[in-house]
Amino acid sequence: MIAESGHYALVLALALALIQSTVPMLGAAQRDVALMNVGRSAALAQLLFAGLSFIALITLHVTSDFSVANVFENSHSMKPLLYKITGVWGNHEGSMLLWVSILALFGAMVAAFGNNLPLSLRARVLAVQAWVASAFYLFILTTSNPFARLATPPIEGRDLNPVLQDIGLAVHPPMLYLGYVGFSISFSFAIAALIEGRIDAAWARWVRPWTLMAWIFLTLGIAMGSYWAYYELGWGGWWFWDPVENASLMPWLAGTALLHSALVMEKRNALKVWTILLSILTFSLSLLGTFLVRSGVITSVHAFASDPTRGVFILGILVLFIGGSLTLFAGRATALKQGGLFAPISREGALVLNNLLLTVSCATVLFGTLYPVIMEALDFKLSVGAPFYNLTFGPLFALLLLMVPFGPMLAWKRGDLLAATQRLLAAGVASLVAIAIAWAWARGGSALAPLGIGLGVFVISGAIVDLVERSGITRVPFKTALHRTKGLPRSVWGTAFAHAGLGVALLGIVCETTWNSELISTLRPGDVRGLAGYEIKFDGMTQRQGPNFTEVVSTFVISEDGKQLAVMTPSKRSFSTRGMSTTEAALLTRGVSQLYVSLGDTTPDGGLAVRIYHKPLVLLIWFGPVLMAFGGLLSLSDRRLRVGAPRPARAARALQPAE
Amino acid sequence: MTRKQRRLTIIGGALFVLAVAAGLVLNALRDSIVFFSTPTMVAEKHVAPGKRFRLGGLVQPGSLKKGDDLAVTFEVADGGAKLPVAYKGILPDLFREGQGVVAEGALDANGVFKADTVLAKHDETYMPKEVADSLKKQGHWKDDYGKPQGGAKPGPVSMREGEKTAAGATQ
Repeated sequence: MIAESGHYALVLALALALIQSTVPMLGAAQRDVALMNVGRSAALAQLLFAGLSFIALITLHVTSDFSVANVFENSHSMKPLLYKITGVWGNHEGSMLLWVSILALFGAMVAAFGNNLPLSLRARVLAVQAWVASAFYLFILTTSNPFARLATPPIEGRDLNPVLQDIGLAVHPPMLYLGYVGFSISFSFAIAALIEGRIDAAWARWVRPWTLMAWIFLTLGIAMGSYWAYYELGWGGWWFWDPVENASLMPWLAGTALLHSALVMEKRNALKVWTILLSILTFSLSLLGTFLVRSGVITSVHAFASDPTRGVFILGILVLFIGGSLTLFAGRATALKQGGLFAPISREGALVLNNLLLTVSCATVLFGTLYPVIMEALDFKLSVGAPFYNLTFGPLFALLLLMVPFGPMLAWKRGDLLAATQRLLAAGVASLVAIAIAWAWARGGSALAPLGIGLGVFVISGAIVDLVERSGITRVPFKTALHRTKGLPRSVWGTAFAHAGLGVALLGIVCETTWNSELISTLRPGDVRGLAGYEIKFDGMTQRQGPNFTEVVSTFVISEDGKQLAVMTPSKRSFSTRGMSTTEAALLTRGVSQLYVSLGDTTPDGGLAVRIYHKPLVLLIWFGPVLMAFGGLLSLSDRRLRVGAPRPARAARALQPAE
Repeated sequence: MTRKQRRLTIIGGALFVLAVAAGLVLNALRDSIVFFSTPTMVAEKHVAPGKRFRLGGLVQPGSLKKGDDLAVTFEVADGGAKLPVAYKGILPDLFREGQGVVAEGALDANGVFKADTVLAKHDETYMPKEVADSLKKQGHWKDDYGKPQGGAKPGPVSMREGEKTAAGATQ
């Protein structure tokens, strides 16, 4: 019954989405308030039914109803409750259901909180949102029904892929989808604005909080995924330039550009056409990501349960939305009036450069991701790996990072580069000192590493200098400065945190890749090995029984200078249902560095193959994105106040038709 | 500056950044692209020692030998030919005889493929897509075995111009 109800709820959600796609659009064209308001109720009802459908699937998984094919293939009655729930989106059908549920959630949020939007804009935004939703409901119902029943219900399920039985699955996909799908809002706003043929600074003010929210989730989602890969896969790697990782990085890069260009549009009413285009491109890249992951056109660790008919369907959605929106853009963009003027050296100019570098580096990632697909069509098999991205994405992003501290120092309209450089002198000195220290201290490794550290320090101290300058602590009495600091808008703090986060992540990346040390060896109980100043003693192995696996736990005693620090217990788990085994690495955190122990096979003579890494400052790689997300949150809390409070005088100016 | 001049400045800057990016991409394409081969392709094409490529196929049952200090050797086969592979390190959890594998490295002077990376996907039914495609082409796909002989003719497998493009790429 639950499965049928869930299926039915999904069909009803589709029906509501179809109503939401058409009626409000008609209402907006005819200026009929009643018809326009249909969009609002339809969006809320759509969330209700999509949510019910999703809850139905969770219930089926939790109650282990193996008569449902999806549950049978991905669950097991002995599986812990958490993994029964997270297993819902650990497969193709369930993850698509999560995708549309989040889409419905965002639509409903616009409906619920968009009271300050002009009625016709809100109606059109909700309609466009429903176009996307309808396409994906149809996709699920026709190709990937999660509620399909099995004719003869089996007694036991086939269990979830053991690699996915981890807390990471509870956090990573929902976060990532909140980010991916969140960009649908800026897309809908862009299309609605093109249909209205009117766009102004107020538009940017409405779109920015949504974009910022999506960006925060995407940042955290990517970082979480990277950390998960790091500890789960047992190779100690945290980014593989895998096509699916790229699929999440591309919307992030485009979304970051969008955040910055929307800022220019909001403050200076410039870059309007470009911002609209970026909104379209960002969501198009999200759709492309969905296509790459779900169609299996690309060899990837994530490409599970791929199916050609699904690929063709998503490709259809992709072509329809990207093609359609770009055609609309081409037809309407010229009608949008150009906004404020600015000199090349100015805050706007810096943000244009930021956008340029972000989109171009995004384009190199896109090229590297799609090149093997294109070449395969021409019958060449090849792979594009880290060396390609290091040579293309690397220099472009380094250039971008070098520019980051200058942006906030420049004034709007016309900036003074010399003055900005003078103000950044302290940051430059800090950076040079860091380079010198790294140079003197470093043993081996790339000559670029000290420069990378210098760049990271420059970005971080640049963010601090910006705060110091704004508080005026060097020029005015301390009390005044303190008062000023308190009075700084939260968005200023947000900028500083987000930019500093970039520098922090860079420091982690440079240190980890340059100075990580590795030891691969066969150990017998009692053996001692040394790595990076630690002594690692192998104590032996013990058997353990988990809920749906058996586990061989190896014990390692870690000491430093003869003093015992900790006991690390990496393990090998074997899952009987799938006949698979996984390696659970053990991590020992010391400050922001980590010791990482992963296991290989046992040799016939009783030895155990062990891989031990020492990863200096590795945690900074993920602290950086967390700082960025925190900065985004600060900025969001600043902006929400302004968005929530209507200002008639300002609105009157902003709402003038742009024709 | 007039509006037109400003716009030209921005467009000029954009073109410059694009040109730099295009230059970087073309440069990277020359040095950092790794081609994919099967043992049959290696035998036909006489790949030069030291040239990096990805080798894909099935691990020949009975060929896995573990030596001292985590050194392993095994053979990769694709039905048409076999190629010995040497690797030092820990094999992935899902590395098994008879299963698909992709190894990255280069041939040494004795014709042994020295791998520095061995990949196997985290799913027991997995076969790397590149391997599956080439096995299908050669008629050694598992579904093809049921068919009468001669039905599945080995298709031409070639790397065409790719060979030249990648020539000289060692790392």
